[in-house]
Amino acid sequence: MTVAVRAAPGSSASLWQARRRSLKTIARYAAAVAITVIFLFPVFWIFMMAFKTPDEIFSRPPVWLPADFNLDTFKALVRDGDLGAIWTSLITAGVSTIFAMFFGTIAAYSLARFKTGGRNLAIGILSQRMIPPIVIVFPVFLAYVFLGWIDTFHGLIILYTAFNLPYVIWMMRGYIEDIPIELEHSALVDGWSRWQVLLRVVFPMARAGLFATTVFTFIFAWNDYIFALVLTRTEVVTFPVQVTSWFGQQFVFWARIGAMSMMGTLPIFFAVIVFQRYMVRGISLGAVKG
Amino acid sequence: MSVPRATAAVSEQWVGGPFGDSRFKYFLIAPALFIMLSIALFPLINLLVVSFQGISIIAENKSFHGILNYQRLAGDSRMWKSLLHTVGLLLVALPIELIFGMAMALLFVDKMRGRQIFVALLVLPMVIAPIVAGATWRLMFDNQFGPINQIIGWFAGRDVTIVWLADSSFVWPAILATEVWHSTPFMFIILLAGLAGVDRSQIESAQIDGASAARIFFKIILPAIRPVLAVAILIRALDLFRIFDIIWALTRGGPGTVTETISTFTFVKAFEQFDTSFAAAVAITVVLILTAVTIYALRRIEIAR
Repeated sequence: MTVAVRAAPGSSASLWQARRRSLKTIARYAAAVAITVIFLFPVFWIFMMAFKTPDEIFSRPPVWLPADFNLDTFKALVRDGDLGAIWTSLITAGVSTIFAMFFGTIAAYSLARFKTGGRNLAIGILSQRMIPPIVIVFPVFLAYVFLGWIDTFHGLIILYTAFNLPYVIWMMRGYIEDIPIELEHSALVDGWSRWQVLLRVVFPMARAGLFATTVFTFIFAWNDYIFALVLTRTEVVTFPVQVTSWFGQQFVFWARIGAMSMMGTLPIFFAVIVFQRYMVRGISLGAVKG
Repeated sequence: MSVPRATAAVSEQWVGGPFGDSRFKYFLIAPALFIMLSIALFPLINLLVVSFQGISIIAENKSFHGILNYQRLAGDSRMWKSLLHTVGLLLVALPIELIFGMAMALLFVDKMRGRQIFVALLVLPMVIAPIVAGATWRLMFDNQFGPINQIIGWFAGRDVTIVWLADSSFVWPAILATEVWHSTPFMFIILLAGLAGVDRSQIESAQIDGASAARIFFKIILPAIRPVLAVAILIRALDLFRIFDIIWALTRGGPGTVTETISTFTFVKAFEQFDTSFAAAVAITVVLILTAVTIYALRRIEIAR
């Protein structure tokens, strides 16, 4: 067999092999394209809602492409102030991400370099993340009612910060452990303070990990529905809550749902594509280095 | 796993030694622990207290009720059914996501032109907000204006008007499809990374020895990616156990209580019926089960390393 494989170019054996290989390649591409189309079709479908006219949305059989891409829905969102939901999401997710990243990273440094609390504390912190959101939000709701924090920005921001801290600590602990300790050591010998070492050696060295973890932390808060649903009313409306507010008893505002979904999803798409290299490590809680 | 002795020596010197500042490490971790404890632990203790009281929409009874709520919970068939639905969905969805994810990973593991673009596009469903994913598929499954009935109609050769989300025999397949669509990319991307780490030379030598593809897969590839597989399964199982958004967008647990999961059941009890103490008892039960399972699993599969 092996002799036939090494036969001179042009011989019937290698021609047959080449044809077989190209057939295999074609089959692979066909499968790849088919799978991609299937997975992207629902995204296409909801995004198209933003551009369709009411007649096109409520037509039977369904219309796949709008006759013209009109921007009326987006204009209506701007006019009615519904875009505020994106702004609210940006504030709550953004501010909570900054807090979680800062406090989480310094805590992670403590765990990584001083082995504070040993392995049990680290696992205990991670296991907090595994508690179902409904279980977290229920007692928090009771506490917030008592404190008068329902429907406030700081209420939601504090909860997002607390919910994301275990993730940040866990991920950053891994990234910091990857940095050679000798650098920090010699900086200390040179007379730098602990804080200088942290801010001017550790943070820059863990840059990639910091960015990737920031992106995923932001996405968790940005995509959250249940915390916002329970803890907010009318003052603080994030984009996922806004989307579901258009499911009426009598009528569903699909055009608005489509437009809002698009604006809430596209920025995340781009962020993930930029940070694709760190994706696997980020979503596998650091277990798969990718 | 194993800490080299040299590193151990360094960290000893690190903590004490010439820079001995042992308070610094506690100072660094204190704010994070304070936030986590005050938002997770103290309310959780409050929840435990409430679960032993008699607070509901009709009575603000804060006297000690013993294990009354837990007894009620044990005899509540709706709660057990919601737990059954949750575990059932987990047991069906997880293998499907795993098999689809694995098939896709095997398809894309070898180099091909444009592979990066395919992978980037295939990952997108995963990062869509679950509530938006649910809304999207609610539209896809619409019996009047949804494309799914239309596409099935093409194959069936006649008009199809399945009322997916209100028909108790079609609603679970619809939820399953949504969930599988949303989460298969997660399995795919993790398994793809796992496969990339498998030793190619071992596979090639097995191929030369004439081993079948199935044999190579089960004897070489699968054992090599076992740790990756374990992590992926653990993370997805925990996610599936707390599924809420997708169900809420698609059915709100309906029709009736056919698609109620433990999360939606707790939500309804706590925030729609205001059966506060009872809901607290349900939540505490869920925490106890999950914490035990999670800590055991985390230690077992060494996610830490």
